[in-house]
Amino acid sequence: MDQLFNRKYIIQGLFVLLAILLLGNLFYIQIGTDKYFINANSNALRKSYIFPARGVILDRNNNILAQNQPTYDLIVTPKLVKPFDTLSLCEIIGIDMPTFREKLRKATVKSRYQASIFQKLLSVETYAALQEKLANYEGFEVQKRTIRYYPDSIASHFLGYMREVTQGDLDKYNGYYRSGDYIGKTGIEKEYEVNLRGTKGVTHILYNVKNVAQGKYADGKLDSMAISGDQLTSTIDIGIQKLGEELLANKVGSIVAIEPATGEVLAFVSSPGYDPNKLVGNNFSKNYSEIWANPYQAFVVRPIQGGYSPGSAFKPLDALIALSEGVVDPNSTIFCPGYYVAGNRKFKCEHIDGNTNLRWALSRSCNTYFYSIFAKMMTKNGNSRIKQQAAYEAWQNKVRKFGIGDTLGIDFPGEKAYKLFRKKDYDKKHGKYWSNSTIMSVAIGQGEINTTPLQMANIMAIIANRGYYLKPHIVKGIGNNKYIDPKYKQKHYVDIDAKLFEPVIAGMQDAVNTSTGTATESRLRNIIMAGKTGTVQNSRGKNHSVFIGFAPRDNPKIAIAVIVENGGYGGSYAAPIASYITEKYLTDSLTGRLINGATIQKYKDANLLPILKVTKPVNKITDSLNKNTKKENNKIAINTFNKEIDKPKKNATTK
Amino acid sequence: MQQQSNRFFFNVDWVTILIYVALCVVGFINIFATEYDPDKSTAFSFTANYGKQLIFIGTGLILGFSILLFDAKFFSVFAPIVYGVTIILLLAVLVVGQSVGGNQAWIPIGSFKLQPSEFAKFGTALLLARYISSFNVKLNTLKPILICAVIIILPMCLIMLQPDAGSTLVFLSFMFPLYREGLPGNLLVLFWGLVLLFILNLYLSPLVLITSILILGGIFVYSNRKKQQKIINITLITALAIAYLFVAKFLFNNVLQSHQRDRIELVLGLKTDNKRSGYNVIQSKIAIGAGQVTGRGFLEGTQTKFKYVPAQSTDFIFSTIGEEWGFVGCAVVIGLYLFLLLRVINMAERQRSSFSRVYGYSIACILFFHVFINIGMTIGIMPVIGIPLPFISYGGSSLWSFTLLLFIFLKLDSNRMGFI
Repeated sequence: MDQLFNRKYIIQGLFVLLAILLLGNLFYIQIGTDKYFINANSNALRKSYIFPARGVILDRNNNILAQNQPTYDLIVTPKLVKPFDTLSLCEIIGIDMPTFREKLRKATVKSRYQASIFQKLLSVETYAALQEKLANYEGFEVQKRTIRYYPDSIASHFLGYMREVTQGDLDKYNGYYRSGDYIGKTGIEKEYEVNLRGTKGVTHILYNVKNVAQGKYADGKLDSMAISGDQLTSTIDIGIQKLGEELLANKVGSIVAIEPATGEVLAFVSSPGYDPNKLVGNNFSKNYSEIWANPYQAFVVRPIQGGYSPGSAFKPLDALIALSEGVVDPNSTIFCPGYYVAGNRKFKCEHIDGNTNLRWALSRSCNTYFYSIFAKMMTKNGNSRIKQQAAYEAWQNKVRKFGIGDTLGIDFPGEKAYKLFRKKDYDKKHGKYWSNSTIMSVAIGQGEINTTPLQMANIMAIIANRGYYLKPHIVKGIGNNKYIDPKYKQKHYVDIDAKLFEPVIAGMQDAVNTSTGTATESRLRNIIMAGKTGTVQNSRGKNHSVFIGFAPRDNPKIAIAVIVENGGYGGSYAAPIASYITEKYLTDSLTGRLINGATIQKYKDANLLPILKVTKPVNKITDSLNKNTKKENNKIAINTFNKEIDKPKKNATTK
Repeated sequence: MQQQSNRFFFNVDWVTILIYVALCVVGFINIFATEYDPDKSTAFSFTANYGKQLIFIGTGLILGFSILLFDAKFFSVFAPIVYGVTIILLLAVLVVGQSVGGNQAWIPIGSFKLQPSEFAKFGTALLLARYISSFNVKLNTLKPILICAVIIILPMCLIMLQPDAGSTLVFLSFMFPLYREGLPGNLLVLFWGLVLLFILNLYLSPLVLITSILILGGIFVYSNRKKQQKIINITLITALAIAYLFVAKFLFNNVLQSHQRDRIELVLGLKTDNKRSGYNVIQSKIAIGAGQVTGRGFLEGTQTKFKYVPAQSTDFIFSTIGEEWGFVGCAVVIGLYLFLLLRVINMAERQRSSFSRVYGYSIACILFFHVFINIGMTIGIMPVIGIPLPFISYGGSSLWSFTLLLFIFLKLDSNRMGFI
């Protein structure tokens, strides 16, 4: 019996052991993991979001650039759908029966109990028709939200577009967005997404197992109201933006205008562009791929992504550095025989300018003069290769101060930095054996110098300000109290004495306002504009037409850079366009002047798109414009207007 | 004897009754929580389940205390008759029974439904105790073992015909009282070995299993190579084990019903199913997990309030405890059970009559089986076989039958000094 009595302990031990097994499991389920706790909340607790109105985007004069329009989504809860007159619903929302069945099937597969979107983005008219009959369609509901509307259909690149969030966005903004939400993908919509979007409101509602709402969770303590997005006042002037887009129609190019005193970007034109309203609503993907397929790369934001050699437009900067280094005197002259000789190489000048001082050189765009001052700068400390290379390194550091060779830090996504060669880069390219004659093309803004249109405009702002700039920016104020980041109020000096700017500005004034200037046709009545043309040789056919300038000469209000790809001479397209825009901005009207004998309408109509022989569709936007199309695939569109306008009248010649 | 009667209530183990009442109260509170609807009026209603449960508890207590008034000898004497009646009821339910949820397990009596399989447990317990306590029964010999087996297996077969696998399996708990009374331990090891092999058979491929059995047999043969008789035995066992594999597979595939197969496979992790059999378990685990340490609080469990767990007032009542009272509540409930059952076994050991002892062990093991399997299925470590949590789950039949089981033992215990 003793033996059997001990069996009591075996049985009791078994009880204790199994009880511990249960407790161990319970411990894991209840305390060891919060998986089940989270599951419980997703079972019963559902958040429902209230979307705030997205902030309106205004131009600098409070004209509306982007606003909201209501749209309606039809949503369905499959479980609640009862047999009904499906045909009438199909007719209202404009789909056929098989599509209807397929959509309902998909929604059912997704969840029988939870509502999902059945048909997106119904128009107000459709909604009105639907609303009358909605009571007949059990299980269907209409959810209101807003999408963008751009009243003037302009500034597509500047504004950017919105699109459904991707997985990447969901991860990045951890938790704010849910799939199906929209987010700014490019431009101002992206840069100021956080300000524009506002804050979603949320209500926590409990649901029972039959998916019937059971009231607010915790008496609504966790609920919040939607907060509308901030209104954004941009720096753009709607008038010149629109004019600029019209002038660049059917051309590849860019216009950037800056208010020198503030660094505010007044115009931000990239051509070709597109109608921003195309990337809103139902036809997004169709239109998107259409724009994507544009061989002239309509999605490239040329003002900040296009890389162009400045060409002769670089000369004012060149002159300023030479003056600050003291290698030239504004009044001393250099004789231009029509060419420049460095070592055993001969560099051409487009014309024979005779005895040339700084002012004359700038107004005539004399290559010889700038070659020789560049050589002077390089050989300032001695002729030896080492000394010259050291001088170059010092020189390029001064160029950098003008914002070249790096991004300017504009409040806009995607700004590109084009490289400015340092000594070591040339060492890599040429070995150790290079001197000023090797890199002479840099003197006239060709070769290893690339800038964005924004940088060119910014150089003009620096000259207009006589020695400093404020970081270019596109937003004047966020919200009602017009907040702006203090970094945009900070002056960046280029460390060149203000009085050294005067001779350079005088030369630029002559380029536009004297009959011998390169842009004389583009001069304005009653307003003195200082400017510089550029005719940029490039690998893609005809020269790019470039003009940079500012006006008025004293107390400047606008600094501008215009690039028209394959537009020929700087005086043929870029300067007239800049002239019209400046006139419009400063006088708020256009007098209907003829430039180069052509009306403004002719400039708008001119088609300068290069004829692409590439048959296969361009399916990838490459980083740099310069790398894209090869020379042999390129032909210049020929039309009679081009011929007429290509030869500027009077002395408005070359470079 | 006279003195015994006078001190009737002093000999009753009040601590056990206290725990019994505590568990009933826990049951009532949690059934109330599963029924609670925040939108409806909170006026107490006797037509709701919690109201009915209160009636069951009341009548259960009356039933219990009236059992204490019986003469202790009654149960021993009438054991065969009680057993006989329950067998007749089990037969009757097959003919006149009502089918609920696929099991023909209920006999309707007016508005009330009787579940004979609940009462078969204590009929069997009584007869088993009576037989083992009778003169000269030695459980290490074949004949008594067979008789005990018949007593147990007869109701099992009848219940299996309903078919109610859960209630059938409960009868396996009688193995342990028999073990206490001298059933050779080897038989238990053999039985659970077969169960283990059955489970392994589902997990592993036959080839792997047969090879490992052969290797195991080989090792035993080698280690006993000097003893010819043992070699023969081991070879025989090995052959039987292999044959068993095929029989087990056949039984599993052809005798078990598909939902039972599903449930076994789900527990063993051979299958995942979020919709049908697995749904209950997943929802139950979610509810229990949501309770965390101290629970969401009484009437605050969202899974409970919004009816996410099916059968929550009956088989899955433990998930309510888990959600609203947390780990602390679960531990208290399991602690109460453990305390009760260890106490019952200690009480059984202090009995002078082996009838009382066997009966005590029987009810302790039956209750434990219910508790372990029921809680185990709510947390997904046991197959969902639909047996109630004693004293807590909603339902009159189960509450009364557990009350009967326990109070008969309390009566026997109060009378332990007397002679039967």
